[in-house]
Amino acid sequence: MAVPKYIKGKEPHKSEYRMIFRNVDRRGWDASIKSYIADGGYKDLKKALKMKSQEVTDEVKTSGLRGRGGAGFPTGVKWGFIPPDNKKPVYLICNSDESEPGTFKDRYIVHQDPHQLIEGMLISCYAVGAKVAYIYIREEFSEGAKILENAIEEARKKNFLGKKILGGKFNCEIFIHRGAGAYICGEETGLIESLEGKRPYPRIKPPYFPAALGLYMCPTIVNNVESLCHVKHIIAMGGQKYAKIGTPRNTGTRILCVSGDVVRPGYFEVEVGKITMGELINDVCGGLRKGRKLKGVIPGGSSAKVLRAGEKYTIGTGESERTIGINDIPMDFDTLAACGSMAGSGGVIVMDDSRDMAWILNNINTFYAHESCGQCTPCREGSLWMKKITDRMVSGAGVPSDLKTLTSVGDNIAGRTICAFGEACAWPTQSFVAKFPEDFKKHTSRRNAGKELNPESKAAAAGLKR
Amino acid sequence: MEVSRELNKQANEYISHYPNDQKRSASLPLLHLLQQEHGYINEESMNWVAEKLDIEPIHVLELGTFYPGFRQTAPGKYHIRVCRTLSCAMAGCYETMEKFCEVAGIDRSRVTHHNPIAVSEDGKFSIEFAECLASCGTGPVCLIGDEFYESVNAENVAELIEKYD
Ligand SMILES: Cc1cc2nc3c(=O)[nH]c(=O)nc-3n(C[C@H](O)[C@H](O)[C@H](O)COP(=O)(O)O)c2cc1C
Ligand code: SF4
Ligand code: FES
Repeated sequence: MAVPKYIKGKEPHKSEYRMIFRNVDRRGWDASIKSYIADGGYKDLKKALKMKSQEVTDEVKTSGLRGRGGAGFPTGVKWGFIPPDNKKPVYLICNSDESEPGTFKDRYIVHQDPHQLIEGMLISCYAVGAKVAYIYIREEFSEGAKILENAIEEARKKNFLGKKILGGKFNCEIFIHRGAGAYICGEETGLIESLEGKRPYPRIKPPYFPAALGLYMCPTIVNNVESLCHVKHIIAMGGQKYAKIGTPRNTGTRILCVSGDVVRPGYFEVEVGKITMGELINDVCGGLRKGRKLKGVIPGGSSAKVLRAGEKYTIGTGESERTIGINDIPMDFDTLAACGSMAGSGGVIVMDDSRDMAWILNNINTFYAHESCGQCTPCREGSLWMKKITDRMVSGAGVPSDLKTLTSVGDNIAGRTICAFGEACAWPTQSFVAKFPEDFKKHTSRRNAGKELNPESKAAAAGLKR
Repeated sequence: MEVSRELNKQANEYISHYPNDQKRSASLPLLHLLQQEHGYINEESMNWVAEKLDIEPIHVLELGTFYPGFRQTAPGKYHIRVCRTLSCAMAGCYETMEKFCEVAGIDRSRVTHHNPIAVSEDGKFSIEFAECLASCGTGPVCLIGDEFYESVNAENVAELIEKYD
């Protein structure tokens, strides 16, 4: 395998560890199977097909890989939940809905390295015993869907996909299924309903854990694009070697997507936990714009609780217990959880001191009010109430009790709904109001009480401008 | 409703992607085909999909009214979707939206949750806000038809629009 060279101006940062994004922005690279095979592609599929399927799953378990879609659940463990006495068909679904605000990584895999995903999926299908797999791709990636369709045809011509793959006994088909612009289709059971041709109303768990009762009530494994790509690399190097990348319990690499108020926003593949928030923002992303100070960071997609600059967090237990600030947080699953937020989807949104957190929260609330599927009353009503309250605050008609009302609405959604969207929409409100009360109090002076409210007006835009 | 042979063939291909007793799964792909053909989803299209998949029309209607990706009214010749969500908003997407409307002659004052699309008087352009398009590092971003554009700001909107006629 050649050492890749990258397009000028798009070279990886020196702190990066490019594995999944090895071919992203690579010079002389294209999405064709020719490029991929010349670079050693599909060797790992051949290797996997020589193993027993259980051995493939065992390697993934050993690797410690945790899902990159949001929840960080161990992939090998999830695969093990398929009932052992199962007689029904098993399905694999690649979640390519990529719709968590702040997240932009799967896009580049799909557009620039589709065969890596297909190879990862085929190996995963072999491991879990799936003969049919679907890639659920968001409708807005129409170009990506075409690229994937083309890649599937290329792979079929080479007999990597279809019947009797590489002359063996393994049969597998992959189909593309396009979504239609609804965030809730990223939630795995909503996705499954959508794939069944229904409204994407998430299913209640238990009993509807996809690994037991998923697509068409058959065992179904849903994994994120990035997770499935990691499987290929785990097979290439072996689970044990993979587990040495990153940090214990937080193994491998992951792609962090940084947006907002930094000099160089972008995507960066790093070893999990080997880089801190401060290094990410200040070294990798070139710091904040001139004269600006850090105000807060949403570390894992817009659903993750906000972190405030200046806060202290106690992490570790016993001997290793220590207190750290926001810049010292290692970017891994467990530490971000210990800091009261989450690593989520890897979408890091940075806000500097020019931002008014009431405006920021209002933008987030508008998203969730628009995207709630409407099944559960607390979520359907609550997400809209939170939006209406922040709407009126930013329009100058807030009242002093708004802070309390916001928090109590949030508190009454989280934990009381069918799917995790409930938490996803409550966490921003709960954390922003608790951590930046001064920004919200500013909007409760009744100075514009009774005026017509138009949250999309120029005034609203001004609050979010750079 | 009559559909072209080509469309019917494509529809059959999509239906074959799902188990024989799960034709309903092809609802979204079929609706996409018809939206591509007509620009939006009308009642006739929904009835055609229902008949093709042996399901009740209500089961297609409930999809058409749920998914923001299916338009219930006719868009302009070129349909613009501007990302509205946080990172793009921080980069100025509300101004991008305003500029698009100014340059393309679109009045968004009657836009509501249930009627999100505004069309220019000459029918050439239509516009709506979309939620996070998964390119937050290069905002503001937008789609014109299926084409994707990054860093679209008040300064370069006019130039971009000129490409379309
Ligand atoms: C509201 C909501 C939205 C989600 N959106 C996505 C998404 O866009 N992409 C994704 O991969 N996972 C998303 N997830 C997580 C999926 O439900 C699921 O956990 C994930 O696809 C599993 O894959 P993984 O184990 O490889 O991470 C979402 C979850 C929730 C609750
Ligand atoms: S929590 Fe919200 S998004 Fe999830 S099922 Fe309930 S209403 Fe739908
Ligand atoms: S916020 Fe606009 S692409 Fe994500």
